[in-house]
Amino acid sequence: MTEAVSTGAGADGPVRVARVVLVDDHRMFRTGVRAEIGRTETTGIDVVGEADDVESAVKVVAETRPDVVLLDVHLPGGGGVEVLRRSAAVMGEPGGVKFLALSVSDAAEDVIGVIRGGARGYVTKTITGADLVNAVFRIADGDAVFSPRLAGFVLDAFAATDTPPVDEDLDRLTQREREVLRLIARGYAYKEIAKQLFISVKTVESHVSAVLRKLQLSNRHELTRWATARRLI
Amino acid sequence: MAAPGTEPEPSTTTPDGPPSGGAEPTPGPAAPPYRKLYRSPHSRMLGGVAHGLAVHLGLPVTWVRAAFVLLFFANGIGVLLYAAFWFVVPIGIGEPARGGLGPTYVWLNGQFVPADTVGARPQPLRKGQPGRLGRLRDLLQGTFQGEPVVPEQASAERGQSGATSRQNLGQLAALLMLVVGVMALLNVLNIQSSQPYTWPLLAIGVGVALVWRQADDSRWQRWFGLEGGGKRRGAFARVGAGVLLVTVGIIGFLILQGTGSTVASVIEASLAVLAGVLVLTGPYALRMWQDLGAERTARIRAQERAEIAAHIHDSVLHTLTLIQRRSEDPKEVQRLARAQERELRLWLYRPEAAAEAAPDTLAERLREVVAEVEDRHGVPVELVCVGDCPMDEKVAAQMQAAREAMVNAAKYGGGGPVQVYAEVEGRTVSVFVRDHGPGFDPETVPGDRMGVRESIIGRMKRHGGTARVRPAPDGGTEVELEMERAADD
Repeated sequence: MTEAVSTGAGADGPVRVARVVLVDDHRMFRTGVRAEIGRTETTGIDVVGEADDVESAVKVVAETRPDVVLLDVHLPGGGGVEVLRRSAAVMGEPGGVKFLALSVSDAAEDVIGVIRGGARGYVTKTITGADLVNAVFRIADGDAVFSPRLAGFVLDAFAATDTPPVDEDLDRLTQREREVLRLIARGYAYKEIAKQLFISVKTVESHVSAVLRKLQLSNRHELTRWATARRLI
Repeated sequence: MAAPGTEPEPSTTTPDGPPSGGAEPTPGPAAPPYRKLYRSPHSRMLGGVAHGLAVHLGLPVTWVRAAFVLLFFANGIGVLLYAAFWFVVPIGIGEPARGGLGPTYVWLNGQFVPADTVGARPQPLRKGQPGRLGRLRDLLQGTFQGEPVVPEQASAERGQSGATSRQNLGQLAALLMLVVGVMALLNVLNIQSSQPYTWPLLAIGVGVALVWRQADDSRWQRWFGLEGGGKRRGAFARVGAGVLLVTVGIIGFLILQGTGSTVASVIEASLAVLAGVLVLTGPYALRMWQDLGAERTARIRAQERAEIAAHIHDSVLHTLTLIQRRSEDPKEVQRLARAQERELRLWLYRPEAAAEAAPDTLAERLREVVAEVEDRHGVPVELVCVGDCPMDEKVAAQMQAAREAMVNAAKYGGGGPVQVYAEVEGRTVSVFVRDHGPGFDPETVPGDRMGVRESIIGRMKRHGGTARVRPAPDGGTEVELEMERAADD
């Protein structure tokens, strides 16, 4: 969480720039995020477009084809899920647009909804600028980004229940995946998880990606609803 | 039991004359400024028209009924008049006895009397008089009114009053008069056998009366939420009987008209016409239905919006005002903002939890603790909770230890966010508290520092749990608290 901005335009290394579109219905928030991460020469992030509702978001994403879209969960016109649904074409292709959900929402159904809709990760709006830059580059590289809260939601959703899984491979988390998620929920950065579990950061990333895939493809019926209900005990 | 009409006027509805069915008129002493005519839902023979009129005019019911019967013999005008009243005049609503909008009235001895004059307990509506005639009357009234016969116990209670029996006699007389009237009518009809349509028409009339009566009943029940569980079957039976009577009447009518051989085609034609009407009016009806639905939805939305606006006004706007006033005190501003954010989140995303007064589960308790630490130490605490369980003594001790760990993390964690993760897995409850501060080695803590040793480790041990304090891999400190829950719930 406290990792410095390591990716992006470093002194040595190849200069990398991630093209980003901001989708949020609050102009103030977009302005803030742009000010925080949009200084391309220091952060390596180039904000190429903004949108404030589903309609404009779909349009901007299709036109600019960014690397990463920072997507708010709550949007006029159907929310982040609708943007994902209508951007399926640009998402599907190899090297296509990737979505990172960015929300203040505390509700599991909102968050897991966008993740199941195809977003590659979810971070809260309390995230620091440096962490957000990191997350954007992680997403651009094809990894998944789990915030502690998302890890908690997923652990909850996949917790052992009486209902037998439809697909053993998808509807269950392995012990290792569970461990990784737990460490994320405890506030560990990937590097720290790697140290703790004596594995490489790459392995951590692959575990997280596997969890994300399971979350998106899982056959578990009413996963979202169920997870929400569980949190409302 | 109650006076019909929304504006009950004791002076007019409760003449204090002798309580007899055939009593002389006792006009009300003071004329009311404004009265509306309603049909009486109680003590009615058919539609409550006569009774409503009687109350309205301040006349004895019997007189009105007699007038209707007499008018009937005048070429059936009475029936027409009655039907017209039934159709036009709404059934009495705003029943004072239940609505509590005014003095309570009870139907007693043929008059409406304020309830307090007869005692706390309202008298039963009808007096189930033992004896064949009484039962016959009950049967007749039951058939047409669809009201249950007064329980035995209730009738026993009133046995003492001589007035009631006299009043019973009066009602009986009225009924007998009705029966005699019907007999006479039948005689007339028999004589008029040259008009063969009379019987079908009579059947239709009775059927329509039954159905209308039932409609009144259901309306009445809906208004006052009377659960008609046992009554429902009776209602269906009555409606069915009414429909059957009407159908039989119509078919009989057709047969008598000489179209008996073509009844089938007539029915077909009727159905065709009905279908045509449906096709023509269907869209309008549907449209109206949808409009009604849309209107209802809009109303609900408006209500919700009003509620949200009220909440925001009470909480958020209030806090924003406070923040503006205290803008020079960043700590206080942060505290206010955080507290408000928490409350708003709870209200938005966990309305059930917000509604609950006392938190009695782990997650709720943790949320409270986190809020308290955030407020007191001005450091954000991020809580992630997986699973939940009810609180017990051991978990409560664990929460106290967790609180201490959070306080430590807030104090010495370098001001960065404190991360709290709690998980309930079967009987085991684990809590992790982590900060990103400089970190410390528990071994090097001097012996006189009792915070960690006693409040966290010692407390957990005393309650049969374990606590570990260790440096996090990349700086900072993590406290791990593990506890087995007490008894099974």
